[in-house]
Amino acid sequence: MAEYFTLFMGAVIVNNFVLTRFLGLCIFFGVSKNLNASVGMGMAVTSVMTISSGLAWIVYNYILHPFGLTFLTTVVFVVLIASFVQLLEMIIRKHAPTLYNLWGIYLVLIATNCIVLAVPLLNAESNFTFTKSIVHAIGSGAGFALAIILMASLREKLQYADVPKSLQGLGIAFILAGMLALAFFGFSGMIPL
Amino acid sequence: MKNLWEIFYKGVFAQNPIFRLALSLCPALAVTSTATNALAMGLSVMFVITSNNVVVSLFRKWVNPKVRVPVYITSIATIVTLVQLVLEAYFPILFKELSIYLALIVVFAIILARAEVFAAKNTVVPSFFDGFGMGFGFALAMVAIGIIRELFGAGTIFGIQIMGSSYDPALIMILPPGGFILIGLMIASFNLIGEYQDKAKAEKRKLAIQRGEA
Repeated sequence: MAEYFTLFMGAVIVNNFVLTRFLGLCIFFGVSKNLNASVGMGMAVTSVMTISSGLAWIVYNYILHPFGLTFLTTVVFVVLIASFVQLLEMIIRKHAPTLYNLWGIYLVLIATNCIVLAVPLLNAESNFTFTKSIVHAIGSGAGFALAIILMASLREKLQYADVPKSLQGLGIAFILAGMLALAFFGFSGMIPL
Repeated sequence: MKNLWEIFYKGVFAQNPIFRLALSLCPALAVTSTATNALAMGLSVMFVITSNNVVVSLFRKWVNPKVRVPVYITSIATIVTLVQLVLEAYFPILFKELSIYLALIVVFAIILARAEVFAAKNTVVPSFFDGFGMGFGFALAMVAIGIIRELFGAGTIFGIQIMGSSYDPALIMILPPGGFILIGLMIASFNLIGEYQDKAKAEKRKLAIQRGEA
């Protein structure tokens, strides 16, 4: 149990995907202008990442690895995740329109995204068991959600600040992210990985 | 010929993928802690984007528009796998350092965007130059970031000692926070230059109008 907890906390704060591994930056900077959208995006990323990690684990350990096809991992994972997200979008649109209105648009955005692809690849690389893969995926998703919600809260406050013209928008957002990364850096070494 | 040069050149400055379009930011931060890694990543992306543009434009007439995105993704993933295998065979150390970010070239927005916006609508030669220019602009930006981070963070460029031995390296530049802050400042300076250019242009126009009236 302790092992899983370490893995989870490690993925959330120590190796935070956005702030120390630089993954998912496009959506991190694109969506974090608005707090509500950030919450939706965080949820969408976490759920998609968890399910696709599970799927990818099955494909990797029962098809790719036994048949010696591991060099195809990248191609197979990309196609797998993209088609799974498309399917999920169709199902949600048909059967749960309210949910679709809430975060359907984010699903399209994350169909081909580095953070969603990175977690299954990392799982395969470190030979995690199925449960470990799932825990790692949930932790990574929670870490992403935490980072994007913190960032959105900061950027909403920033609207009342007088930012120099050339720094406005992306410039100041990057510097803010740097400050956040510095804060998260304090956690490093807390959990030996 | 002039037209092709323009297609190439716009990717380098006016639509620089990193500083202007703010696309493909993940690798711009993740692998730029040394100039060598940044160059390797830049060249890999340049190769992938150029060859993918050529492939997409060659097959543009046979691809049904409804399934175009999966087709592009598969094509990109195949080329990336090619790059991965070559790097793993000939540059194993580099391959280890770039590790997962190499596989993630597949989902770089800039590559899919160029296939969709340019290569799907143009013939092979302009598509080649479009990909080449965008890739070149990307590689250039990567190396620029890599050089600055390595110079201040370790006192070296491409592993060669530049700063004197009395220089105390600012470790933060190699660490994640320094990367974020540096890119923020670089984007701001690009904006600042753009502002001055616009102002100079406006001033010139004003002068021309005054002269015309006088």
